[in-house]
Order: sequence, then C-alpha cells, then structure tokens
Amino acid sequence: MVQSLISTAAPVAPGFSCPPLPLDPARVARARELAGKIAQEVQTFTETRSTVAVERTVLRLFGVDGANEEGVPLVNACVDRLMAVGLLRDGVARPFCLAMHDTGLTPTQLAQRIADGNLDLTTYAETVPDAQWAAVDALGRKLARAGVDRILAQRNARAEKLGRLGCGVQPLKYVIVASGNIHEDIVQARVAARQGADVIAVIRSTGQSLLDYMPDGATTEGFGGTFATQENFRLMRAALDEVGEELGRYIRLCNYASGLCMPEIACTGAFERLDMMLNDALYGILFRDINMQRTLCDQRVSRRLSALSGLIINTGEDNYLTTADAVEAAHTVVASTLVNEALARACGLQTDQLGLGHAMEIDPTIENSILYEIANAMLIRTLFPGAPLKFMPPTKHMTGNVLRGHVQDALFNLVGITTGQGIQLLGMPTEAMHTPHIHDRYLSLEAASLVFAGARALGSELLLRPGGFIETRAIATLEAAIGLLDEIAGEGLMTGLSRGHFADIRRSPTGGRGLDGVFERGDRYWDPCEDLVTAELQRLGQLDAQGRAVGGAV
Amino acid sequence: MKGEVTLRPHVTEADIEAHGVDPQLGPGFVPVKGEPGAQGPRGVDLTAVRAYGDTLDDGQVMLSFSLPVPFGDEAKEAGRQLCRQMGLEQPAVYHAHDLGEGFTYLVVYARSPYAVDFTKISVPKVTSHRLDKHAVEHLAAEHFTRKLRVLGACTGDDAHTVGIDAILNVKGYSGEKGLEAYKCFEVRNMGAQVPNEVLLREAREFQADAILVSQVVTQKDCHRTNLAALIDLAEAENLRSGIVFVAGGPRLSHTIALELGFDAGFGPGTLPPDVASFLIQALVARQTAAQ
Repeated sequence: MVQSLISTAAPVAPGFSCPPLPLDPARVARARELAGKIAQEVQTFTETRSTVAVERTVLRLFGVDGANEEGVPLVNACVDRLMAVGLLRDGVARPFCLAMHDTGLTPTQLAQRIADGNLDLTTYAETVPDAQWAAVDALGRKLARAGVDRILAQRNARAEKLGRLGCGVQPLKYVIVASGNIHEDIVQARVAARQGADVIAVIRSTGQSLLDYMPDGATTEGFGGTFATQENFRLMRAALDEVGEELGRYIRLCNYASGLCMPEIACTGAFERLDMMLNDALYGILFRDINMQRTLCDQRVSRRLSALSGLIINTGEDNYLTTADAVEAAHTVVASTLVNEALARACGLQTDQLGLGHAMEIDPTIENSILYEIANAMLIRTLFPGAPLKFMPPTKHMTGNVLRGHVQDALFNLVGITTGQGIQLLGMPTEAMHTPHIHDRYLSLEAASLVFAGARALGSELLLRPGGFIETRAIATLEAAIGLLDEIAGEGLMTGLSRGHFADIRRSPTGGRGLDGVFERGDRYWDPCEDLVTAELQRLGQLDAQGRAVGGAV
Repeated sequence: MKGEVTLRPHVTEADIEAHGVDPQLGPGFVPVKGEPGAQGPRGVDLTAVRAYGDTLDDGQVMLSFSLPVPFGDEAKEAGRQLCRQMGLEQPAVYHAHDLGEGFTYLVVYARSPYAVDFTKISVPKVTSHRLDKHAVEHLAAEHFTRKLRVLGACTGDDAHTVGIDAILNVKGYSGEKGLEAYKCFEVRNMGAQVPNEVLLREAREFQADAILVSQVVTQKDCHRTNLAALIDLAEAENLRSGIVFVAGGPRLSHTIALELGFDAGFGPGTLPPDVASFLIQALVARQTAAQ
C-alpha cells in the first residue's frame, strides 16, 4: 500500500540471487526473539529519556537554522542555555513555543535573539499560563507539522525521481568522496556517477562524530573527509540530481547520521533528501567511545526520522572485525546485525530500508578465505530476506600494493554478486594509503561492473554441497550468534557492551563522551514532533496502532 | 648461510661465494661503498643505477595520472608532453579513458634516462636488531626489575586505531601478539582522537617510559603538524628527554619520524616485535647511558 512510497530497494536483474542456505526456521526465529527482547529493553530505557542532540533536533524540525557570528549553531545556543540552568528536563519545545507566542518572532529570528543574548529563554521555562497553553500547544503542533511535511515532501520527490528516472540494479555500486572540500567533492562525485556509481557517500572529516554541534554552511577544509553540514548536503544533492537527470539514472547520496549529533544529521539529511545514512546503534559506543546511554537515545530519534524520510540506513558491523578476529568472531557480527535490525524496526524502519552492513575482514592470504566470505555473506543474506544488505570489502588487509588490492576487491565483488548483496561498497586499490583519487574510483567502478555483468546470474545457478564447508560454517556461526544473544538478553545490552562482547571492546554505561547531555524526561516533558512522527509512521503503516514495530516483531 | 635465505632470481652460488649475503640487499649483492665503478652481480654499475624493465639500463617506468582536460588526442599529447617535462623519454600512452566532466585518465610507459649513485645512498634506519618476543622478554628481565610502561594513542583528530591496536592489543596482527601480551610491558592504549595535551598529562600520571603515536590520516600533511606539535609540547613540559617517542602509520618512515623529533618511526608492514625490539633496546641503552 503506502509502503511503495519508500522505494528504497533497487531493482534486480534476472537470475540475481543467493544460492539457498538451509537454515532451521525455528533457530532463526529464536535468534530474532532474543534480539527483540534485547531491543525492547533498550526501547523502554530510551523512551523515558532525551538528550541535548534530540532537543536540538526538535528545534531544527521547527525550522531553526544557521549559526551566530562565532559559528555557534543557533540550536545549540538555545538548548545549552536551558541545560546550563537545569531547565531542560521538560524539553525545549514548550519554552521555545511560549517565547515565540509572546514575541511573534519566527523560529530562526527567536533563536538568533537567544543566541545573541537579547532574550533569556529560561524566563519561559517554568510554567505556561493556562490561558496561553492552547495557543502554545497549537503553535508547537503547527511547527512540527511544517518540519514533518518538509521530510515527507522529499520522500515524495525521491519516489517521483526514482519512478521517472530509474536507478542502477543491485548490488548498487557505492563509492566514497573525501576531498575535504565540498566543491571538489562535487567534481569527484559527478565523475563517479558518469563512471557508473549508484551511490555517492561523502565521508566526514575525521573527528566530526565527537563534535557536539553540526557545523554550519558550505565547508572547504576537512581531514580525511568533508564536514556534514546541511548546506553541504544541499549542494551535493543538487549536483547529483543534475547529473542524474542527464544520465537518466537516479544517483543516491549517503552520509553519516552517527556520533554526538546523530539525530540532527538524520533530520537535516531528511530535509535535503539524502538516500542513505550510516546509522548504527552500537558503532559510536564501540569505536568512538561515545557514551552508550547517549547513543542509544539518539539512535531512536534519528531512526524514526529516517524511517519517515524513506531512506536506507547502513549499519556498521563491517567494522567490528577490524579489531576482533575475523574467523573467530564472525558470530558477533551476526548477533549485532540482529540487534540492529530489531532496534531499527522498533523505530518504524521497513525491510527495504535496512541496509545492514557486514563484512568479515578475512585475511585474503589464508587458504579458502573466499569460502569463509561466502559462508558469512550467505548467512546474513538468508537471515534478512529483502533487506538491501551493504557489503564492505576488507580494508585491514590492503597492503599498498595497488594491483594486489585491485585483485582482492575483484574477488570480493564476485562474492557480493554471487550471494545477492544489495549495496556493494567498492574497495579502492589505494585504500589505506590515501583518500581516493579521481581515477581510483574509475578503476574500481570499471572492475566491479565487469565482475557484476560477468556473474550476474551465477548465484541462481549454484547449489551448496550439503554438509559441506560453507553450509557447516554458516550454521555454526548462527548457533554461536544465538548463544551470544541469549547471554546478552539475560544481562541486558548495556552490561553486554561493558563485557566486551562486540569487537573485543569494553565500554561502561557511564563512560565515554556525551553522558552529560542525557537526561530523564520530566513529568511535563513535551515534544510535539515526537507525537506527530509516530502518527505519520502509523498512517504510513510503518508502526502499528500501539506505536510498535509492524508485525509485532518488537 | 645457505638454507637461511631464499635465493633471489639470477643470483648464482658463485655470486654468493664472491659477495656473501648483505643483510639489506640479500644474497650475492654487496655494493662497494664509495668506489667509482663499483659493481654488483650481473655487471650492474652501482654508481649509475637506472630503472629496470627487462633489459639492464632500459629505464622503463609506468605512470598513471589524470589531467583536467577533455578526453581526446590532445589529452594524450598533453600527457606525453608532461612526461617529457618530467625528463622521461619515448612516452607511450598505453591507455586513455574519458572520465567525463572534462577529465582524462592516462596510463603511460616511458624511459627515464636518469641514474642514481647507489654507492652514495645513506638512509637512517632503526638500528636495533629485530628480536622475537622471547628475546625481548629475556633482555628486559636482564636489565629491569619492573615493567616498562608503554602509552599509545591516535592523536589529534585521527580516529583510525587499527594500527595502534595491531601493535598494542593482545590480539596483535599477522600471528604476532601485541605488546600487551609481553610480560615486560605495562600497556595503556588511549585509543582514538587524543589531544596532545591529554596524552602528555596521561604520560606524566602513568610515568610512561615510551609513547607510541599512530597517525593514519595524512590529508594536507596534518600528521606532520600534529606530531611536531607533540614534540614541541613535550619539550616545553620537560618530558621529551625522559621518554622514548615512537611514531607509526602508513605514510610514516624512520626518516620522517627523526625529522619530526621522534626517536623512531615505523611504516607499513610493521609488526609488534619490530616495535618491541626497538623499545627494549632503546630503553636498555638509556639505562646504560644513565649508569
């Protein structure tokens, strides 16, 4: 029904499929049940809390945009002021709407006054006179409506463009740009699109995940990537739309809704019609030492907005095995993917939005490394039918020998096409040496196109040897994942994370960055956006009448 | 010597008889330093060494690059002229590809007439012997009654901990356990994005004997700036002389690390025992000097 509006999953060519893997449906159901239990506990925890990033997101949905002369985003200026004096417990929406009602200013005008120190938001934070509440409530709903409608308009625009232009077939060819300068990135991205790229991911400047604000405006300086700003999103979107129209193929844009500004990036990305977001419930906790309470609260809001925008989320399990052992720890990737799925569905994300990321970082020099790759890829493919899985090549084993790296990537691409992966992150021959040069991307795209065309229907022609290595390995990995999920379901996700179950990394519930931005919601907490997003997800059939995952998964 | 080394192609038993085995260059290949006309095996004139394709002194090199000009015969000619300006002869465009948006990719083979005097080359190297884990432990036990404290971090904005983790974490890399697994080291790995100030504060508190800094992101040479700033700060805080400073990363070398004021630098392919060997020998040398 309305689900077709999402239109995220790309078409498939005849014969593109994964060979059948005989998993016991009862064991798969058991794995999901355990993951659902883990997610339910997280959901209960996060529903009663908010964070500074979530409150800033409310203001962005209201239409607040821009920064003051010192470069402090206006949303930060408003939220920080309330947080500093302990008046954020009931949310930023009520005092902000009351002040708007009182002053007659627009959202950005008001935020500008607050940021300049010309208006004290705390004077509006105590109580709302009963006589004014109806008007304030109506104003909040109106602002929320406008924000949500911006997101829905982009969702419809994507559906229209995909319907009219079409797009590449699965696996979508995904390449990165990372020059640090958005204008240079655009040149690189347009060339990549002409060479066959289906998805352009703009890598963020290293360190952005730890910034507790979103930089503002177009940026030309970054390290290892380009800052995620709403203006950079807009510029790249316009460039890809233009080249896509010319090529007659919709080009998807990807960024990173992760780190301390996860929900704000999801919101601004939804405004600017991003099509994919790296968005993992656990990645920031493990690899960036962001506090787990913070990230778990932030992922909920960011994923609800992404669900509404119709974009694909990519999870980051592909990074786990850069630190843990690929052969021994494969089951942790499977377990985490199941937890990420359950958390995502609880936020209204649908199957064709689940670009669950996986890759095994198996040392290509070990005997039969490709059999391990195939076993793991088939296991994930079979566990998540219909999801546009994102398959990422090993980067840990790139040596600087660019020609050897090119061969490794080609073999990995062969595994991707043979096992029916939805999105193929293309390795670059120069990976681990420098961010891609313009021709590195061309060489990767050309090689991937050759492999994909040559083996398009290979998966549908193959049957596994029953009881053979691949089948045995896949089933053993699933069993180990169920064992781990059972353990985590018993102790809770936060305890599980503190015991180092994932990626060999231990994190404490009160450690890491960003905990001081988490708070329990007060009795009078008010966020009109949250209610409206739930209502819209219900209207679209993405959440059930009780606000839970459709089909009662969680 | 035989049996310990793999013979390189074309090196005969007679070459090995005549020249022995050079620790860097392998069997049968000993340059006679500083002598005009010094010859290696196969009649190579070591005072004038050229690139090698399939015939001595053919000077064959391969380049690949893009030009911001539209694809076509003019782009190919531009590539050839650029190669000539690089001093290359007979540039042949093997492959040209239209990248679109006014860019052309070229693969060029050419002949470089230039030669280097190999007998005059001097490259600073980490001078320690490579010891295995057992030998490192043994040497440490001989000289120290306490554990040596090693502090590691990716500094500045760098969030890529793969390198430092491979060297420090028990798991290690490529079958070699990391420094955490060594009895003689007490390791503290601070992980990603550690500001230089915080690293040095930790070093003081931890009473570090050695600091290992990993830098993976190198855009606009930020690794150099950041590493140099660490040494400046350490000097200002009087911490430089008491601690062994080591830098590592895919774009680092011992030469670069020395330039930046470090005691050693490790590039791609480094394994935990390489670093452990250097650390233990440097720390033993310091102890001996102090006595």
